[in-house]
Amino acid sequence: MSLRDDPDVLEAFDADVPGEPQVDVSRLRERLREVAPAIVLFFAALALWELTVIAFGIQEFLLPRPTVIVGTLVDNWTEISKAAFATFEEAVGGFVVGAAAGALVALATARWTGFRTGVLPIAIALNSAPIIALAPIMNQWFGLTNPVSKMAVVAIIVFFPVMINTARGLTEVDPAELELLDSYAASPSEIMRNVRIPSSLPFVFAALKVGTVLSVIGAIVAEYFGGPRDVLGVYITQQASLLHIAEAWAAIVVATVLGVAMYTIVLVAERLIMPWHASFRDQRV
Amino acid sequence: MSEHAVVAEGVGKVFNAGSSDQVEALKGIDLTIGAGEFVSLIGPSGCGKSTLLRLVGDLVQPSAGRLEVNGKTPHRARLDRDYAMVFQKATLLEWRTVGKNVQLPLEIMGVDKAERERRSREFLDLVQLAEFSDHYPWQLSGGMQQRVAIARGLVFDPALLLMDEPFGALDEMTRERMQMELMDIWRRTGKTVVFVTHSIPEAVFLSTRVVVMSPRPGRITDVIDIDLTQPRTFDTRESTPYYEKMTEVREALRAAGVGVE
Ligand SMILES: Nc1ncnc2c1ncn2[C@@H]1O[C@H](COP(=O)(O)OP(=O)(O)O)[C@@H](O)[C@H]1O
Ligand SMILES: [Mg+2]
Repeated sequence: MSLRDDPDVLEAFDADVPGEPQVDVSRLRERLREVAPAIVLFFAALALWELTVIAFGIQEFLLPRPTVIVGTLVDNWTEISKAAFATFEEAVGGFVVGAAAGALVALATARWTGFRTGVLPIAIALNSAPIIALAPIMNQWFGLTNPVSKMAVVAIIVFFPVMINTARGLTEVDPAELELLDSYAASPSEIMRNVRIPSSLPFVFAALKVGTVLSVIGAIVAEYFGGPRDVLGVYITQQASLLHIAEAWAAIVVATVLGVAMYTIVLVAERLIMPWHASFRDQRV
Repeated sequence: MSEHAVVAEGVGKVFNAGSSDQVEALKGIDLTIGAGEFVSLIGPSGCGKSTLLRLVGDLVQPSAGRLEVNGKTPHRARLDRDYAMVFQKATLLEWRTVGKNVQLPLEIMGVDKAERERRSREFLDLVQLAEFSDHYPWQLSGGMQQRVAIARGLVFDPALLLMDEPFGALDEMTRERMQMELMDIWRRTGKTVVFVTHSIPEAVFLSTRVVVMSPRPGRITDVIDIDLTQPRTFDTRESTPYYEKMTEVREALRAAGVGVE
C-alpha cells in the first residue's frame, strides 16, 4: 500500500494545503494585515496628541508635542543614548542574574519535594511584596553610583516570577509522559531532561516576558532613588526638575524602546528554542 | 528466558485502601501467559484491564498475590527493559520530532546515535511513516501518532508488548489495517503480546486466547482459546469459526453479567 492511499496521510497533506506555493508572499501580506491596525492607531494617536496641544495652546512645559519630543531626542542624542546604554546594562544584568537564579532554585524545588513545600509558599508571598522599596537599601549596600545596586533590585524583581513559574512548569507534567519514562526505567535526571524541563519552557518564557518589562521599570525606578549622572532615571528626574519637560519625555520614549527591545529578544529566543509550541502553530514551522 | 512471559497468582489491587474512596480494582487474578502468545483482555470499562497491565509493567504495585514477568519480578523486568507499553493515548513528546520520539527509549538506554537513527528509520518504515521523521507530532493525524507510538514500542525490541487499547481512537479502516500490521509483526518476531480491548471482533481476530473480565471487583470470569488458523487474513474475518468465536466471547461476557455492545 502506498502512502498516498493512506487516508491518514491524505488528511495530513490536506492540512498543509493553505500554505502551498506562494507561501511566503501571502504569509507576509497576512502579517502586514495583522499589524496594520496597530500601526495606524499609533500614528493616529500621535497626530491627535500633536493637534490637541496646538488647538488648546497647551504650554510646552506641561505637555510637549510629539514632533518637539523627537527633535529634542535628536538634539540630545549623545547624552540620552549614553544614559540609555547604562540603564540597559543594569536592566539586562539584573534580568540575567535574577532569571538564572530563579530557574536554578526552581530546578532544586522540582528535585527535592521537601524544599518545594518549604520554599514555594514563601516565594509566592514575597512575590507580592513591593520589591522596588528595597532600592534605597541596595543603594546603601552597594553604593549609590555602583550599577550593582540597581542590578540587585532588578534581579530580585525578576527572580520571583521566574522561580514560581518554572517550579510550576517542572511539576505540572502530563502523568502519562511520566509513566512512559518510568516504563523505560528512566532515572530522575533523564526524566528531568526529557520531560520536566521541556514541559516547563512555556511557563518559563511567560515569566521571562513579564520579567523584561519589570526589569526596565525596576532599573529606572531604582535610579529615581539616586545614582550616577548618566542613567535614564537620574536624567529624567533632573530634566523634569529643571522644567526641561521635552528632554524628560525624550528619555521616557527611549526607556520604552528598551523595554520593547528586551521583550522582543525573549520572544525571538522563545521561537528559536520551542518552535514546536502550540502558540506558533498557525505560522507553521 | 522462562517459557512463561507472565505469571499472576492470586493478584489483587485495592486503590486508596482504608479511605472512603477505596476501590477494589482487581481480585484473585490467576493467569499464566506463555512466551509468544497473543492474549487479549476484554471487559467493560472499570474492570481493571489497565490496572492489570500496569501491574505487569511494575507501574503499580499489587496489594495481594504474586507476579512474575519473564521469570523475574516485574521490577527486575522493568529495569531490564523487557517490555514496551503502548497506551491508548499516543503520548508523544510534543517537543520532539517523530524520529526523535521513536529514538527516545534508545536514548535512555544509551544506544549510540548512528544506531538510534538506523533503527528509528527501520521502524518508522515498518509503520509506513518514514517520510514523517522530521515532522512534529501535531502535524500528524491521531492514527499516524498512534503508529509512531507503536514504532517507539518496537524500536528497542522488547520481548513483551503491553498494549492498552492501542487502536481505540482509530477509525475502522485504519484500525483493521493496524491489526493486520500488528499480526504480521507478532508472527515474524515471536513477541508476547498482552492486548487490552473493548472490541469483541478485535479480540477474536488477533488473539490466541481471550481473557474475559468483569467489574466490581475486577476478576477473570472466563478464558477462551481462539484456535482459528494462523496466519489470520482478510478471509478470517468472513469465516464461520470466526463468528462462532465471537459468539462464544459475547456469551462469556453476558454470563459474567456484562451487557456489551
Ligand atoms: N490510580 C488509581 N487510583 C484510584 N483508583 C484507580 C486508579 N486506577 C484505576 N482505578 C480504579 O480501578 C478500577 C479499574 O480501573 P482500570 O484498570 O482503569 O479499568 P479498565 O482499564 O478496565 O477500564 C476503576 O474503578 C478505576 O476507577
Ligand atoms: Mg483502561
